Amino acid sequence: MSAAWFVLRRLARDRSALLGLILIALLVLAALLAPVLATHPDDVFELHPAKRLRAPGGEHWLGTDRMGADVYSRLLFGARITILIGVIAVGASLLIGVPVGLVAGHFHGWFSDLLMRVSDIFLAVPQVVLAIAIAQTLGPSLPNVILALSVTYWPWFARVVYAETRGLQKEIFIESTAALGASPWRLTALHVLPNIASPIIVRASIGMGFTILTAAALGFLGLGPPPPTPEWGRTIAESREFLPDAWWYATAPGLAIFLTVMGFNLLGDGLRDVLDPRLRRASTAPDD
Amino acid sequence: MRLLALALHRLVWFVPTVLGLLVVTFVISRVIPADPVALVAGETATPAQVEALRRELGYDRPLPVQFADYVARLVRGDMGTSLFTRRPIVEDLAHRLPATIELTVVAMVVSVLVGIPLGVLSALWRNSLLDHALRVVTVSGLAIASFWLGIMLQLLFAMRLGWTPLNGRLQGFPPQSITGFYVVDAALTADWATLATALTHLALPAATLAVPALATLVRFTRAGVLDVMQSNFVLYERAMGLPRPLIVWKYMLRSALTSTVTQIGLLFGILLAGAVVTEAVFDWPGIGTYAVSSILRSDYNAVMGFTVWAGTIFIVVNLLVDIAHTLVDPRERA
Repeated sequence: MSAAWFVLRRLARDRSALLGLILIALLVLAALLAPVLATHPDDVFELHPAKRLRAPGGEHWLGTDRMGADVYSRLLFGARITILIGVIAVGASLLIGVPVGLVAGHFHGWFSDLLMRVSDIFLAVPQVVLAIAIAQTLGPSLPNVILALSVTYWPWFARVVYAETRGLQKEIFIESTAALGASPWRLTALHVLPNIASPIIVRASIGMGFTILTAAALGFLGLGPPPPTPEWGRTIAESREFLPDAWWYATAPGLAIFLTVMGFNLLGDGLRDVLDPRLRRASTAPDD
Repeated sequence: MRLLALALHRLVWFVPTVLGLLVVTFVISRVIPADPVALVAGETATPAQVEALRRELGYDRPLPVQFADYVARLVRGDMGTSLFTRRPIVEDLAHRLPATIELTVVAMVVSVLVGIPLGVLSALWRNSLLDHALRVVTVSGLAIASFWLGIMLQLLFAMRLGWTPLNGRLQGFPPQSITGFYVVDAALTADWATLATALTHLALPAATLAVPALATLVRFTRAGVLDVMQSNFVLYERAMGLPRPLIVWKYMLRSALTSTVTQIGLLFGILLAGAVVTEAVFDWPGIGTYAVSSILRSDYNAVMGFTVWAGTIFIVVNLLVDIAHTLVDPRERA
């Protein structure tokens, strides 16, 4: 607990990391309290043709969409989908990538080489391209988007964990623990994992931003959860035919994506500075 | 000779990587779906039609045989037929390739020409107003969804201000085809009016595509230059009294750019992935638009063809970048 508190305090001193934390906190609040914060909570499923495409004003803070639904309220419920996609996709990538990286890093031989070659193949192709192929094959739905993103993101974790584990094996404390007869399980769980946690956490934060951006692109292309789901990417696609008049309709969800992704990117950068001084020296000057 | 050996060494990895990509696309297209033939046949096909198609496509054979056949066809350049245009997918892709290359190259050139100098200045004037402003720009550039940026640019410059066309690649007839790139063809045939409309059509999509690449380049160039500034050889050159511009723009940049060259490879991935959505937003008649309309039409063969094509191009570019990296950095050749 004290370690987490230490990290939080250091993050709070870094202005941009603090901004990232605040943005993420706002996103989580919006998702959790969506039914309370929404001015028109039923508008996710209800139609009000008489009120369609109203400009932002007193009753509808961010205007209404083509169905007459409140853009602000749908945005709040969209935050739930965004968090759901990000957390499950990154979580699943962690569950696949970390063990693969640990096994490939710990053991030497053809099996390790094979594991890393397989993850290299996934890294050799832009994520959007593979995710499109998978989501297209499986059909547009929320679970399929999450699956497509998980299948294409785990190699990033495998690569980071592999490199860190191989690096640690040269350390004297790991070598001596192994020499004392510690089992691979004990060595990994008690000595390797705690020492490579920092780069994994940093990668996870940046991965959240990246995954949310890709998910929005899939939604925009029509491969996301089907309507009336208030997914942000799909909402932007729907809004296009009402431009330039209904500018609020396209602007609001795009800003929401922007602020969310920026939050995770800023937090990732801040975490890297706090958790891993070595990386900090490599990317910025010491006195920066 | 050493360079040749190195290139060959990288080539050895090229074949298994591409083969691995084919395994992945094969699994996605043939193994994951419950019945891939029904997907190809469409929703209106009768069971008898599906069975006939299954035999015709050879999908009734064992999977390893199917995979061998799949690879053999691809090697011969046969990606199958589009279910919508009824033409070979390779032809469709080749037909649209110049538009995508034109867009990608312009975006790449813009981001390199703007991004690298800005990155150097940002490092030289660390913590200045320019440095802080650029930090905001790069952080934003990496967080913005490119399809939304494109739509916002359309809203402002095409719909409100009317400075640029909304979408498409050209107004009127294309120039006489020499290279397939409208800008180059128009310039070669001295068709200035066409050149002007080609350029105004390029402006918004190229800007949209360049933004994330530009942000990445500024970041890495800045980090690279800051790193080199601390190094012993720069200290030595300064002690020798070499003029500052010479140190900065020749020796420091050369050293800092080795990591940037590797970045350009990754950049190409960003551009290629970005092109899919950017082209869709601007109705740019390239392979990205082809991929997106194939998705919408459930033209399943074409989507797979696009995936194989894009993946292979990306792997080839990374191979070339690896080789270029050794050319730029004298240390790698030792």
